[in-house]
Amino acid sequence: MELLLKPAEGPRGLGARILTFIVRLIVVVAIPFLAFAVLYAGFVFLRAGNAPKWVITLVAILWGVGGVALLFWLFNWLVEHLSDTWRARLLPFVFVGPAMAILTWYLALPTIRTFWISLFGRDGPPSVPWLKLFTAPGEFLATLAPHWVGLSNYVAVFTDRLMREAFRNNLFFWILFGVPLTVVFGLLVAVLADRSRFERVAKSFIFLPMAISFVGAGVIWNFIYEVRPPTAPQIGLLNAVVVALGGQPQAWPAHTGIAPWNNLFLVIIVVWLQAGFAMVLFSAALKGIPDELLEAARVDGANEIQVFFRIMLPYISGTVITVTTTIVIFTLKIFDVVWVMTGGQFGTEVIATQFYRQSFIARNAGYGSAIAIILLIAVIPVMIYNLRRIREQKGFS
Amino acid sequence: MGTRRQRFFSALLVNGMLLILVLLWVIPTMGLFISSFRDRLDIQRTGWWTVFPHREWRVTRVINPRDLGLDPTGVMEVEGVSATFEELRNGVMTPDGRERLQWIGNRRLGNIEVQERVWTVNWKFTLDNYEQVLGGKDFEYKRPDGTVEVIPGDDFSGAFFNSLAVAVPSTVIPILIAAFAAYGFAWMNFSGRRFFFIMVVALLVVPLQIALVPLLRDYAKLNLNGTYLAIWLAHTGFGLPLATYLLFNYIAALPRETLESAFIDGASHFVVFVRLILPLSVPALASFAIFQFLWVWNDYLVALIFLGGNPQFEVVTQRLANIIGSRGNDWHLLTAGAFVTMVLPLTVFFSLQRYFVRGLLAGSIKG
Repeated sequence: MELLLKPAEGPRGLGARILTFIVRLIVVVAIPFLAFAVLYAGFVFLRAGNAPKWVITLVAILWGVGGVALLFWLFNWLVEHLSDTWRARLLPFVFVGPAMAILTWYLALPTIRTFWISLFGRDGPPSVPWLKLFTAPGEFLATLAPHWVGLSNYVAVFTDRLMREAFRNNLFFWILFGVPLTVVFGLLVAVLADRSRFERVAKSFIFLPMAISFVGAGVIWNFIYEVRPPTAPQIGLLNAVVVALGGQPQAWPAHTGIAPWNNLFLVIIVVWLQAGFAMVLFSAALKGIPDELLEAARVDGANEIQVFFRIMLPYISGTVITVTTTIVIFTLKIFDVVWVMTGGQFGTEVIATQFYRQSFIARNAGYGSAIAIILLIAVIPVMIYNLRRIREQKGFS
Repeated sequence: MGTRRQRFFSALLVNGMLLILVLLWVIPTMGLFISSFRDRLDIQRTGWWTVFPHREWRVTRVINPRDLGLDPTGVMEVEGVSATFEELRNGVMTPDGRERLQWIGNRRLGNIEVQERVWTVNWKFTLDNYEQVLGGKDFEYKRPDGTVEVIPGDDFSGAFFNSLAVAVPSTVIPILIAAFAAYGFAWMNFSGRRFFFIMVVALLVVPLQIALVPLLRDYAKLNLNGTYLAIWLAHTGFGLPLATYLLFNYIAALPRETLESAFIDGASHFVVFVRLILPLSVPALASFAIFQFLWVWNDYLVALIFLGGNPQFEVVTQRLANIIGSRGNDWHLLTAGAFVTMVLPLTVFFSLQRYFVRGLLAGSIKG
């Protein structure tokens, strides 16, 4: 302990030194104890949850935010009471440690744990302490063996009818249609707005859906697609237009007559939500093109379309790739829109709705985990690309 | 370049196309917004666009065909029109083209309406829808067999507070933790620094679905399911990679001299961080804060899984999704409810759009 605690400064009597030491020890033990007691009291209060709603909300916010600040302060305070060598050794972990612990618990380890679960049947692996692998390996394996299914969850993932439908929708409709549509609309607005006097207003309006939740967007578009019997007046905008043009009203996303193309009515929603994101990035990239370059091309007699395809597009190709990858990753995990609009019925199942259905409704943990691993494998190329880029960054070579 | 005329037409073309796109993007939201203020029955009977001036058939007179001795099985002569019952059912224009005759009701007892086309607007606006979704409380319903069923009220005001209690800490906690970590990566040397940073970058794109099953198991063991703490930590975990990465890029780029002089003056890392780095990083912190706040507020999946078992803590997206599922045709509730869920993110978005855009540009790949 003497090694750990800062030596008292200056020559003093032994009694005084012991006294300071004891007082310090008590403080060092008591303050964390007090802090944890306060945090625990807050936790119990919140879990009981019988105070008025606004009180709970206020306490929750204060407790959550204040608690984290308190913990950081506390750890720092503890480390600063250590000797210099130990402080230098431990202080970085006071700063970086909490983030790394949470990342490990919430994202890094779960990738391995989910893969492990995916090798087992419905309930996943039975809970046996890992220690048993070393103390009683035979018993450990014997408990696991009956639930072990190897890779058969993966075989099922690729052969199951609904999963095949999900792959088709995700890859063909969402990625092959949704992503290019988002990019094209984003680019179109960015280019047009760049030449307009109303740039700010126009961009704000296109951007606005970014602030709307998928569930909210689901309501907005359900209202557009709302269908009434052919004899009654249509209150959904799309069917009103269809009827005015002499067509038959349809429940578009649920219209199995045009399946699987009814997926496009869901894709439109995400194009509407995400085009603003693409627009912002393209707009910034377009503003980075030197004016002289564009002027020179125009002087040479290039028309606006040539300027766009020969100069602008090559110049911002990096941004196009970034935006495309981001939206691809995003659409791979699309869930809320489909879940809220059709619940995956009428041939609109996607990978993430299947994941949710299998993991949390059918309670088939092994199968659901296999689907999650497929999603992870799909983003690995992007992960590798990101890591390569970091290597080039200063400070981490 | 070009003549004045040419420039005028190209500006017209650009602005015209832009206007069409903007309208396409705005109309869906506008329709919902207008509808949320319309009378419950009006929403069901007429399209929201009827609040704009439009022409509508209005009944001027009603003719009883039996008074005129008309025979509905054959051709009828009325008001200078000769038509069968089927034709009259669909409406027949009078010879002068100003009025329309329409048979309303069945063949035996129905009447003929004389209608005239007039300009009109359907302006019957009300706040009732908002009153109902905000104030709706649970009510008990006694079935004939004596069992009591509790029908949950809409109570969006309660859900609104829940969303706040979820979103504010879920925004501030990851920022605080990430800022400390970013400072550590940028200004401290320790073993494992490179390894941990690679981990942060690798986890940027990991889909959060990967974590849900194991986390739910951990939470069950810790008895955390359905608590605020559970969802704060989950959002913190899922938001941390991006937060750490963005803040590291910002903090590492701060001028070294400022910090070095502070260290020479004997300030500790903690003091430098709190007094110097945090205030200097406000733009980056704000960018990420808006990003994370919108993301958490609008989240449905994470709330569904970690708060799903506790209706008392339901957030606005869950409440809205429940109404879609159970009463998908109650448009007066859905429209108003949707706007209650949107009002805060839209306010944050419009007031802090500049920071949000900056955050998007700084790096936007999130798992």
